[in-house]
Amino acid sequence: MSMIEIKNVSKWYGDFQVLTDCTTDVKKGEVVVVCGPSGSGKSTLIKTVNALEPFQKGDIIVDGISVGDPKTDLPKLRARIGMVFQNFELFPHLSITENLTIAQQRVLGRSKDEAMQKGMHYLDRVGLKAQANKFPGQLSGGQQQRVAIARALAMDPIAMLFDEPTSALDPEMVNEVLDVMVELAHEGMTMMCVTHEMGFARKVANRVIFMDRGAIVEDCEKEEFFGNIDARSERARQFLSKILAH
Amino acid sequence: MNYNWDWNIFFKSTGIGSEIYLDWFVSGLGWTIAVALMAWIIALLLGSVLGVMRTLPGKVLPAIATAYVELFRNVPLLVQLFMWYFVVPDYLPEPLQIWFKQDLNPATSAYISVVVCLALFTAARVCEQVRTGIQALPRGQSAAALAVGFSIGQTYRHVLLPQAFRIIIPPLTSEFLNIFKNSSVASLIGLMELLAQTKQTAEFSANIFEAFTLATVIYFVLNMSLMTLMSLVEKKVRIPGMMGGAK
Ligand SMILES: Nc1ncnc2c1ncn2[C@@H]1O[C@H](COP(=O)(O)OP(=O)(O)OP(=O)(O)O)[C@@H](O)[C@H]1O
Ligand SMILES: [Mg+2]
Repeated sequence: MSMIEIKNVSKWYGDFQVLTDCTTDVKKGEVVVVCGPSGSGKSTLIKTVNALEPFQKGDIIVDGISVGDPKTDLPKLRARIGMVFQNFELFPHLSITENLTIAQQRVLGRSKDEAMQKGMHYLDRVGLKAQANKFPGQLSGGQQQRVAIARALAMDPIAMLFDEPTSALDPEMVNEVLDVMVELAHEGMTMMCVTHEMGFARKVANRVIFMDRGAIVEDCEKEEFFGNIDARSERARQFLSKILAH
Repeated sequence: MNYNWDWNIFFKSTGIGSEIYLDWFVSGLGWTIAVALMAWIIALLLGSVLGVMRTLPGKVLPAIATAYVELFRNVPLLVQLFMWYFVVPDYLPEPLQIWFKQDLNPATSAYISVVVCLALFTAARVCEQVRTGIQALPRGQSAAALAVGFSIGQTYRHVLLPQAFRIIIPPLTSEFLNIFKNSSVASLIGLMELLAQTKQTAEFSANIFEAFTLATVIYFVLNMSLMTLMSLVEKKVRIPGMMGGAK
């Protein structure tokens, strides 16, 4: 069953086309990694899934609901999709606890106790229960990103979107975040991840998408993507050789 | 110069009833505070709404807010005051006009004019501060707020404004102080606030220097207290772990 279906999506900024006829889908429980050079449109594509970026052509269906349909209740749709950002984007003026509970209460209408219980459960899962009363600015980058993942999970999302979740982190903190993501993948979470962590892709991805200049150039099974390098496009091979070099 | 300073003047009778000159200063200070506080509350509310409007997507609402700011920021304050006091009332509907010009006592109608004037003038300046504060936040903050399912309204209320207001406490403080200083324009339309009482004391008693010295001291102490108050507020809302905050 398709959880996220992207159908012929195109998007322009004025005359500049950022996305060109992108089509792919993410099935329930599937982990899809999106990679590609800087400026290729990865962030834009992943943000169209929860309508943070509008698009002019095509459509996206999330769990049967059309994102492009003007009648769709976007806040409601977004509340069902978790998103994790490159720069964490925790709410710095709220404590960790409040970060975890505010949307549960204000958007899902959960009681304070219920929201608290859920929030603490996920905070514990990312190993940060002891930090509950701190503020985001008092945590390391890796810790903040784990809280951000917990914040998204506390909403009981049907799928998770990640936009380069580890690329703003100091190298020694990358793994603590990847570990949480790997665990999520093993539990069957539907995930669409923009990342250049090919180790992560090798370990848990079902499929790998390679984008270049706004288009999806490669979209294949992980084994095929990494195992049959010769069948890859020139651009994808160049890209892979660059990021696998170190 | 041979001037006989007489600091006892403030305790001498004004010759009107049993009032001493100090009473005039106290009542003047009362009016100054009443004008400034009321105008500030309105300016803060209206300015925040306008500031938010300037940052909204779309064209119409930002354009309205921008036009407001340009208009109220570029016309001199005194011109605005005379408009509100002498011109606008003539264009009010008949019953309101009679009420304003005849039923109200002169102090009240002057009070209303000056409050409206200072509130609308200061709102334009507050608007710009609020807009700057919102725009200073990382763009990812509103994306993150929307991504958890917040509406635009909730995004502003729970995520953008609480952060923006913290950033702009220092410039808002100086607007707050300005409104107290600007309230002295009220003396030009006959409202007996602090400056008007000072001038009156100077004229009645001929102790010009004492009168203006006392007024200066009062304005100074008032400003210092407000600054202290605002820095307490700033400390109170400081975010732990943020720049300048407690770790
Ligand atoms: N608001 C905007 N207006 C105009 N062009 C934009 C805007 N946002 C992004 N772009 C352009 O769209 C293209 C795709 O951007 P996007 O952020 O999706 O790339 P990306 O693949 O995520 O890159 P990176 O790896 O650097 O994050 C880039 O060329 C970028 O300059
Ligand atoms: Mg990006």
